[in-house]
Amino acid sequence: MKKTFKLEGLCCAHCAAQIEEEVRKIDGIESAAVTFVTQKLTATFEESGEREIIKKISKTVRRIEPDVELSEI
Amino acid sequence: MTKNQKRRLIRIIVSAALFAASIPITAEYVSIGIKFAAYIVAGYDVLWKAVRNIFRGKIFDENFLMSAATVGAVGIGEYSEGVLVMILYQTGEFFQSLAVGKSRRAVSEIVDLRPSITHTERNGKIYDISPEEIEIGDIAVVYPGEKIPVDGEIVSGESALDTAALTGESMPVSVTKSDHVMSGSINLNTVLKIRADKKYTDSAAARILELVEESAEKKSKSENFITKFAKIYTPCVTLGALALAVIPSLFTGEWRIWIARALTFLVVSCPCALVISVPLSFFAGIGGATSRGILIKGACYIETLAKAKTVVFDKTGTLTRGRFEVVSVSPQEGIDEKELIGLSASAEAYSNHPIAFALKRAVCGTKYEELRPDSCTEYPGEGITAFFGNETFSVGNKKLMERLQAEVQNDFHESYETILYTAKNGKFAGYISISDTVKEGAAETVSALKKLGISRTVMLTGDAEGAAAKIAEKLGVDEYKAGLFPADKVSELERLKESEQNGSVIFAGDGINDAPVLTRADAGIAMGALGSDAAVEAADVVLMNDDIRHVADSIIIARRTMRIVWENIVFALGVKAAVLTLGALGVTGMWAAVFADVGVALIAVLNAMRAIRVRGI
Repeated sequence: MKKTFKLEGLCCAHCAAQIEEEVRKIDGIESAAVTFVTQKLTATFEESGEREIIKKISKTVRRIEPDVELSEI
Repeated sequence: MTKNQKRRLIRIIVSAALFAASIPITAEYVSIGIKFAAYIVAGYDVLWKAVRNIFRGKIFDENFLMSAATVGAVGIGEYSEGVLVMILYQTGEFFQSLAVGKSRRAVSEIVDLRPSITHTERNGKIYDISPEEIEIGDIAVVYPGEKIPVDGEIVSGESALDTAALTGESMPVSVTKSDHVMSGSINLNTVLKIRADKKYTDSAAARILELVEESAEKKSKSENFITKFAKIYTPCVTLGALALAVIPSLFTGEWRIWIARALTFLVVSCPCALVISVPLSFFAGIGGATSRGILIKGACYIETLAKAKTVVFDKTGTLTRGRFEVVSVSPQEGIDEKELIGLSASAEAYSNHPIAFALKRAVCGTKYEELRPDSCTEYPGEGITAFFGNETFSVGNKKLMERLQAEVQNDFHESYETILYTAKNGKFAGYISISDTVKEGAAETVSALKKLGISRTVMLTGDAEGAAAKIAEKLGVDEYKAGLFPADKVSELERLKESEQNGSVIFAGDGINDAPVLTRADAGIAMGALGSDAAVEAADVVLMNDDIRHVADSIIIARRTMRIVWENIVFALGVKAAVLTLGALGVTGMWAAVFADVGVALIAVLNAMRAIRVRGI
């Protein structure tokens, strides 16, 4: 399934690239893209592990940019 | 301004005021104390993030670099320099975040197709609801000045629509009952009632928004390059700083001078200007193109379009209207021209062939329009003979004439158009030539592409050689391939791709039968295709209206965007290289370095925004 998240407060383009890279490494993620300009993260993953994966994504984002707030769209 | 931006601004002002206050104070420790306070006010978050990131193993981030540079300055006794660099850095970041926020809004305003309020009529009452709540079959009421919320059919009202946001067409379109309208158009004159035939999420406006948002995900090669470059650039410059601080000092013993120069390196080592401005330029270019009715589905396609060297067109529906028209009527002596075409049209009155429609259109409004034969005999693959009382009239190809033993006179030996032969009472009566019509702007587009330096324009068609040659000549395309089946078009495109070594191959089609070719091309352009899911899926660029001139426009917009991208890359790297060199030689200090860092980023962001303005193109 494909899900889009808003990365509120994402203000450093460098971190956007890093978040993208790290989210891609999460188990179960098929593809991920962070768009700095629209402040969005789009990820494709297996539907069965949805909750786990969202938790991991949110953890990864917080680790890289603690000031960014992740919300589902 | 957001809350964060306001807070940052206040901190900058407070810090600058403290710093200014510290200058006239002569007591050294008091002065240093106030400067220290100013430094903390301006940079506490940078310092905190730097410390936090070190524990996460992230050394080369900009917070760490700024902290190291300013703390280093304080360490060698340059208190004022340390504070000022921090204040300038924060000021630069502040303006940069304002500029980025502004560009984000500018792009979203262009694609602001979503109506904020909509009204629906249920049981004779009007309710205000959100567009998502409209169901298929609901009646949406649209007042003047409002946007149409969903695609549908007008059930009552007559008005003019501004479709500029959708198609880039600035002339208002007049609409009336039973016309189909697209969401995102603005109603200009009077109240319209529209029966929804799609939900909001499937309507034109929502789909365009989705395409534009998703376009940012398909990253360009330049952006990927910059991301990779940034990864090695920062560690290299940081190592350079270390080397600059240590190596010359070992020989000269002038540690203070060389450390100061090394700190300049640290300040310039952040690749921010590039990392921000490159994707922003692409996004602005995509936004600008959207305002012209050209949807580019990803930044990568801007690169492909800009590199176009071969442009391939499908003929029918793209270069031509796919609509046959009578070009000339040449009756034999003693036969009236009007009678010839009139009888031909009525002989073909019951046929659904495109040629029959061309004949019917030609007699529209004459007395032959309603004339029907008493009976007909069809000869498949040859033509038709119609009976009017005791007279007969035959229309068809040469074979039919042979069958009737009607002697054809003044035969066209080399004709490109489709020729109809007619016979009255078994005797040859004359020719009617029929041809597909070229779209408005098609020839103009081909010559515009030539001027853009496109080395090959190719037309692909399923038509016969003769008809294709005629159209190709009229349009001025370099090559054409006739008699192609849909599958042949794919292999023809592959052949063109193989022979094209310097640039990319663009294919433009109407997206109806050519989805496989659209997919195979380096960039596929589907014309006026928002209605067709398959075309939108297969194409890389979707033209909102049927205007073929937009093929050339999209290449122009792409090239302009690429130029801005390169301007930014060259400018940012150039300034940084200059400041690194001058800094190493001791000509410029940390001030210039701060400019090279945040100032350049700011200028690059502002430059990126130029890509949004495409009106004059």
